[in-house]
Amino acid sequence: MPPEAAVALDPAAAIAAGFPEGSVVPQEGPGAPTDQPTWVVRREVLRDLCRALRDNPKTRFDLLLDVCGVDYPEREERFESVYHLYSMPRGRRLRLKVPVAEGDARIPSVVPVWKGADWFEREVYDMFGVVFEDHPNLRRILTHDGFQGHALRKDYDPARRWILTEDKIYMPKLVAPPGRSDSMFERMTINIGPSHPAMHGTFRFVAMVDGEEIVASEVEIGYLHRCMEKMSETHTWQQVIPYTDRLNYCSSFINNVAYCRTVEKLLGVEVPPKAVWARTILSEFSRVMDHCVANGSSLVDTGALTNFWYFFQVREEIYGLLEAVCGARLTVSACRIGGLLADLPPDFVARCRRLLEFIPPLIDDVEKLIDKNRIWIDRSVGIAAISGEDAVNWSWTGPCLRASGVAYDVRKAHPYDLYDTVDWQVPVLYGGDTYDRYKVRMLEIRQSLSIIRQLLDRGMPEGPFVVDDPHVALPSKEACYNQMESMIYHFKLIMDGIQVPPGETYLMTEGANGELGFYVVSDGSGKPYRLHVRAPCFPIFSTFSDLMRGHSISDAIATLGGLNVIAGELER
Amino acid sequence: MEVQGESWLTTKLEPFVDWAQKNSFWPLPFGTACCAIEFMGTVSSHYDMSRFGYEVVRFSPRQSDLMIVAGTITDKMAPVLKRIYDQMPDPKWVVSMGACACSGGFYRAYHVMQGIDEIIPVDIYVPGCPPSPEGLMYGILQIKEKIDRERKASRRGGKRKGEHAA
Repeated sequence: MPPEAAVALDPAAAIAAGFPEGSVVPQEGPGAPTDQPTWVVRREVLRDLCRALRDNPKTRFDLLLDVCGVDYPEREERFESVYHLYSMPRGRRLRLKVPVAEGDARIPSVVPVWKGADWFEREVYDMFGVVFEDHPNLRRILTHDGFQGHALRKDYDPARRWILTEDKIYMPKLVAPPGRSDSMFERMTINIGPSHPAMHGTFRFVAMVDGEEIVASEVEIGYLHRCMEKMSETHTWQQVIPYTDRLNYCSSFINNVAYCRTVEKLLGVEVPPKAVWARTILSEFSRVMDHCVANGSSLVDTGALTNFWYFFQVREEIYGLLEAVCGARLTVSACRIGGLLADLPPDFVARCRRLLEFIPPLIDDVEKLIDKNRIWIDRSVGIAAISGEDAVNWSWTGPCLRASGVAYDVRKAHPYDLYDTVDWQVPVLYGGDTYDRYKVRMLEIRQSLSIIRQLLDRGMPEGPFVVDDPHVALPSKEACYNQMESMIYHFKLIMDGIQVPPGETYLMTEGANGELGFYVVSDGSGKPYRLHVRAPCFPIFSTFSDLMRGHSISDAIATLGGLNVIAGELER
Repeated sequence: MEVQGESWLTTKLEPFVDWAQKNSFWPLPFGTACCAIEFMGTVSSHYDMSRFGYEVVRFSPRQSDLMIVAGTITDKMAPVLKRIYDQMPDPKWVVSMGACACSGGFYRAYHVMQGIDEIIPVDIYVPGCPPSPEGLMYGILQIKEKIDRERKASRRGGKRKGEHAA
């Protein structure tokens, strides 16, 4: 641990010292994770410890980033529930691990401390069968109700399917709050989705309405649960890259970067400057693309179709650049562990410059049409507003959080790639409503373009596009065909994959929709032992039914686009 | 069909209906994942599927005759897909867009249907992950040919879309 982190964690250590001996044990020494302080916590003290860590002014771990499970069948306490905490004011991270045995897999829920834990804990329950006591609604979340067993346990066959029959389809039982005496309407329950004209993707929203007002609702997800985490356990480290594309498919390049950086960190590989430069530029273009979809679909749901075409034209042009870089438009897989897939095309800079000319007028046009548009303002200002404090408690990150007045951006708070070498700002707005979420994205598009412009002005760095390490990157075709040694390395890398040393790490990247984190555990076998994606829209969407209480159905639809919930990432 | 003079033409009813049908599909996008984004790209201004008469995208199964299944179908989604398909009026066609809808793609997993033809009949399979808009358009245009072929087959006593054994 670097000395400054040790100093800042002293108060946390002091809190831990207040608990009975042996109930909070820092994981240290060989084999312990080195990326952030890690404590092994007995479940009895978990909730009190969490509350103390959150409330103590010296620690203020106010953001629960993630909860995930890991299965170690050979251990006596087989399941481990892993909590990643973040302190917004102090910029510190902390990992808590709570081990439990199979016969007695119960852990107190931390929903009373952080509301954002709700869906995270349900996921751990669904995937591992760990029961969270006092959880408000502990049932399966990703798999269907006809499913048996817990899929991410190591002894579960990855291809074992269960068929869902009509009688097992989940029907929420909404509890009506006490009726208003002046209401002249009968209460009605409406099911929207998972395939519905107004729904994006595959979400199901069941709402009880009083006239037009939503009085109670429930969200059901999992209709696109593609088992990405289980699949990555059955593939080599390189083979996981295409799976990461299909998380947030609106900005797949950022997912590639996030995953590759995590593995590079475990490997201790230094990425060559040219790859870092290109990764930063392409990530920012992907961010622009993603914001275009989010805003475009948000606007199209309020009837503003023109902007959708404008935004998609931006995307088409950026697809052209991505196609030149890697041959694919949407699911690019353009990163490799240690660098990029291939060298950049000779006209890369010229193409980027053309895009910088092309995109701003389209963005200007949308702003002219929308910013002061009466219909849009009526439909969005004050709708689904959330305060910064609540948003943090619900584990929000990204543009949606920044629209609520919290200036947390991984690119600023924990700079990576080239973000600390360029001049840019984090746009923050304070309304927390649908309008501000739209506006923050528009401002971020301009910041992204500015970052790209500065990097282009700096010029493309010379040198290789991928690290020169035969244990990580494939040798060139020429070397392969002419040198015995290179051919053997090529064979070993293709057949056995990259040999990542045992260890675990969590690494965060600013995805288009918030902090995209990869928590990976390696056992040195050539495949990820456990790979968990901290999907930014997962906790954001868990807030949805709370957010929509008191609003109308049409507001709910208009809000959904602005939250930018991408099913592939949400349900993985 | 033959054009006679300036203002009228002679034809038989069947070819006329076929002609109308194959040039004015009302597609229903059953979009779930990445492929749906490429479907949006296909109907957007750059590729513009309306050039072929297919621009009336309907989100209600009762108003559409071409289902484009774009994206992975999971076991949880399967009953929904089946029900939506059943709600479409005959005659109807199904395009399976992308590797996942065709075969489950690289998700050989515990929650993913290994191809939608496990539960509904498919007319055209479009490969790709996701298919490019050109690929999707090519696939949809194949349906035109399929309608022609079905007409020829029906002259020889074959069964057509939407016809049930008497």
